[in-house]
Amino acid sequence: MARITAGVGCSHVPAIGVAMDTKNTQAPYWKPCFAGFEKSRKWMKEANADVIFLVYNDHCTAFDASCIPTFALGCAAEFHPADEGWGPRPVPVVKNHQKMASHIAQSLILDEFDITIMNEMEVDHGLTVPLSLMFGEHGVDDEWPALVIPLCVNVVQYPAPTGNRCYNLGKAIRLAVESYDEDLNVVIFGTGGMSHQLQYKRAGLINSEWDAEFLDRLTSDPVGLSQMPHVEYLREAGSEGVEMVMWHVMRGSLDDEVREVHRHYHVPASNTAVGHIILENKSS
Amino acid sequence: MSTKKDYEDIPGTFIFDADRGREGYQLNRFCISLRLQKNRDEFNAGEEAYLDKYPMTAEQREAVLKREWNEMLALGGNIYYTSKLAANDGINFQELAGIMTGMGREAYRKMMLEGGRSPEGNRYKHEWDERGEN
Repeated sequence: MARITAGVGCSHVPAIGVAMDTKNTQAPYWKPCFAGFEKSRKWMKEANADVIFLVYNDHCTAFDASCIPTFALGCAAEFHPADEGWGPRPVPVVKNHQKMASHIAQSLILDEFDITIMNEMEVDHGLTVPLSLMFGEHGVDDEWPALVIPLCVNVVQYPAPTGNRCYNLGKAIRLAVESYDEDLNVVIFGTGGMSHQLQYKRAGLINSEWDAEFLDRLTSDPVGLSQMPHVEYLREAGSEGVEMVMWHVMRGSLDDEVREVHRHYHVPASNTAVGHIILENKSS
Repeated sequence: MSTKKDYEDIPGTFIFDADRGREGYQLNRFCISLRLQKNRDEFNAGEEAYLDKYPMTAEQREAVLKREWNEMLALGGNIYYTSKLAANDGINFQELAGIMTGMGREAYRKMMLEGGRSPEGNRYKHEWDERGEN
């Protein structure tokens, strides 16, 4: 049977993708940001994941204002990197485990999570930047080392789904994965954050203390953490900090007891605090 | 019963909720169209004619033409959309933040390098009112 063995929390700042694509990662501005992912890339290689279940948000690329699904599961055979206004990122096409994605879609809906099924979808930096951070440089003609099942969560138009809903969706994803009859090692990514505000007069807000506590509680108090009301994210972590709800999907799909094997935190990447954590299930 | 908005007392912040989404729909539709090069070419060749395709309010249209970034947000624009107009103008996210905060590019960049804007004194509107910052 398939099983989820570990979870990764990771920011998806677009400027990180630009730094990698322009070979600028060793510049003084970027070096400390990327240094914290060296261990992660080794870990990722050793983890030898067959499938990445990647929770992210689309930034008005696949979904503009005309259609805003709260949860949308990528069920297409493959997903091309989108042109977000400066040409598509020069990274490989993202290949799905399509059969497993269909199984998960069916399982989630019968488990009362009314997700949207995407049979065609382009993916933006929200999905490709975490892959680049965890797998390192891969060019257009290359392949990502794992298959990827994308789950988009609306965090652009308020309200995003609650942390509680996301956490419980994680539990349902785990059940779906474990009822898939193929021996697959699945690693789940929760992406976005950490504290940042991109807009209006309070832009530039960073709350390192809040971010550190969030990272701590992923291990020590994940259920309590998932109960945080939206207004706290908005006030304490900035208007775009509400993206952090997506980390609860990742956390909910893991064991109650996890081991923190790596953590990295760096300010700034453009307007944002970069946060990263790797959690392994104690049972695996 | 009206919608409870417990997030409206955060200073210097627009929460892009369903009301703003409704008000800003045509403005945001226009902005996101600039994701594609062919649309950028058309817009840059004649802004007024291109904007005629998007039935936004007169105020929204004026804010676009004058590049009043904060006004666009006040009128229902969302940052992920308005940033596409900024990108068309050669302004990146961090430069746009420098403009919206009124700090300017260099001062804003310096603030970020020094750890960003602290939440202290920046959580509630009354904190800004007391400092005369709103």
